[in-house]
Amino acid sequence: MHGLVNRALQGFLVDTYGSDLWRDVVADANLPAEGFESMMHYDDALTDATITVAVTALKKDRQTFLEDLGTYLLAHKNQEGLRRLMRFGGETFFEFLISLDDLSGRAQLAVPDLDMPALEIRQKGLSRFEIRVKWSIKGAGFVFLGALRAMADDYGTLAIFDVEAGDDGSDLVVIELLDTAFAEGKSFSLGAQPI
Amino acid sequence: MTRIFDPKDRVIGLSGSALDVVMPMHLWFGPGGQIIRVGPTLAKIAGDQDLRGRDLFDVIHLRRPRAGKTLAQILSLQGARLSLTITGCENAQFRGVVVAMPAGAGGLINLSLGVSFAKTVEERGLTLKDFSPCDQTVDLLYLREANLAITRESRNLTERLQAAKLSAEKQAQTDVLTGLQNRRAMDEALKTMVDQPNPRFGLMHLDLDFFKEVNDTFGHAAGDHVLAHVADILRAEVRKTDIVARVGGDEFVLLFRDCDDPDLLDTIANRLIARLEVPTQFDGKACQISASAGSVLSSKYDNPTPDKLLNDADVALYTSKNRGRAQHTLFHDELMLPVPAAR
Repeated sequence: MHGLVNRALQGFLVDTYGSDLWRDVVADANLPAEGFESMMHYDDALTDATITVAVTALKKDRQTFLEDLGTYLLAHKNQEGLRRLMRFGGETFFEFLISLDDLSGRAQLAVPDLDMPALEIRQKGLSRFEIRVKWSIKGAGFVFLGALRAMADDYGTLAIFDVEAGDDGSDLVVIELLDTAFAEGKSFSLGAQPI
Repeated sequence: MTRIFDPKDRVIGLSGSALDVVMPMHLWFGPGGQIIRVGPTLAKIAGDQDLRGRDLFDVIHLRRPRAGKTLAQILSLQGARLSLTITGCENAQFRGVVVAMPAGAGGLINLSLGVSFAKTVEERGLTLKDFSPCDQTVDLLYLREANLAITRESRNLTERLQAAKLSAEKQAQTDVLTGLQNRRAMDEALKTMVDQPNPRFGLMHLDLDFFKEVNDTFGHAAGDHVLAHVADILRAEVRKTDIVARVGGDEFVLLFRDCDDPDLLDTIANRLIARLEVPTQFDGKACQISASAGSVLSSKYDNPTPDKLLNDADVALYTSKNRGRAQHTLFHDELMLPVPAAR
C-alpha cells in the first residue's frame, strides 16, 4: 500500500486520538518507529495490522472506525488539501458523484503508483446513485460512506447513505439525494493558493 | 486547416447562448473589427470593462504571430495558433484561434488560458462553471495542486533523510576504510581514560613512512590496500581492550590500558615497525613502507590532559622522524630542550 494512504491513516489516528494511542499502535502493529513515510511503499499487511490494532485499542467496530476515517479525510482541517482536490470534481454534489468515475485516473495522473480503489458508479433514476467499491482494504465501502457524507456536507446537500456488503468482497454504497440546496456548503475557490 | 468557403461546408446557425456554452471564452467581431459578442468567462476575465462595441485591436494584442495588425491579416491567420494578451489583464497570456465568418461578416476568436492559467483563475476568481466541460484547465489546476503537495512530501522526506545522514556521520565512531576507530572515538576514549583517578595508560602516535611514495607510484587503490593491511597488523598486535584509531590519512593513535612500563611500549613499537616493514603485495607489486612512533606514559604526569599527552607524543614522534625514521621514541623532558645550534 502506498505511503500516502498509510500516512493518511496515521494522520487520522494522531489527529483524532492523540500521539499516545499512535505510539501504542506503532508498538503493537510492528510499524516503523518513526511512522509511515508518504513516498514509500509498504506491505498491505502492515496497513491492515494498523487498522486491526487501532480498532481493538479503541474498542470500536471496524465499520465505524473506517467510516470515521473517511469523514476525517475530507472534513479535518489537516486534510484540507485533499478536500480541495475532491472539489475539483464538480460544482455540485451531483456533478461530484459523476466525477468519481475519473477519481482513480486523476489521482494516478499525480501519483502514478498510488493504489486506488476500483469504483463503479451507477445512476439509478434521478436521485439515486450506487457506487461499488473494491479495494485491498476490506470494508473500503465504509471509508467511502464517511467520505461521501463529508462531501455532501461540504456541498450543502442533504442525502441518505447506506452500505451493503457485496458477494465478492466489494461493498455497495447507496446514495439517495434528497435536497441539493439543503444548506450553504463550504466555500471552494478554484484558484485559491494550494494548501 | 479547413477552407471556410468550401461549397461542401454547410453554414450552421448557433444561438449566442449556445455559443457561450461551447466557447465561454469567444470573441466575435464584425466586418469593421468592432466587437459584437464576448463569451461569459472572457467577460469575467476582462472585469469591469464592457468590451462590446470596441475595436478589436484596442482589446487584443497579438504577440505571435506578429503579422496580425490589420483585420485582413488577422483573418488570414485562420486556424493558426495565436498567442495574445487582452487590455486590462496584460500579465495573462491567452492562446487563441481565429476563423472568418461567412461572406465577410467578420470573425470569431476562441481563447483559452495559456500557461499562466493558475494566476488568472486566482486573480479573476474563476470557478468550475466558467470552464467548458471540454476544457482541461480544471484538470491542470488539479494536477498543479496535487503536484505541489507531492513535491512538498518528497522534499520533507529528503530533508529528514539528509538530517539523519548528517547526524549519523557525526555520531560515527568508525573509520570506514580500515574499520578502526576514528579520531572522534579516540578523543572520547582518551578523555574517559584521563578522567579516571591515577590514570595509568600508554599513548602511542604512529605515522607511516614512505606511504606517500606508495600512493604516488602505485595509485590510491594500492594506498588503500596498504592502510587496510596496516590496520590488520595494529589490531593483531594489541589487546582487545586497547584502542587503535586512525586519526589522519596515514596517522594512528594507540591507547594501551594499564600500562606504565616504558620497555613494554618500546618492545611493542619495535615489533609493530618490524611487521609493517614487511612488503605487502598489491596487484603483483610489492608495497614497502615503514613507520615512526612516539609515546607517552600517563603515569609520568601529575595532571595529564588529552592535549598535553597528544602533544608530547607528537614531539616524540617527530624526534623519531628526525633521527632517520623507522624507529620509536618515548617522550622525556629533554626532547623539549632547544636543538643545539649546528656548529
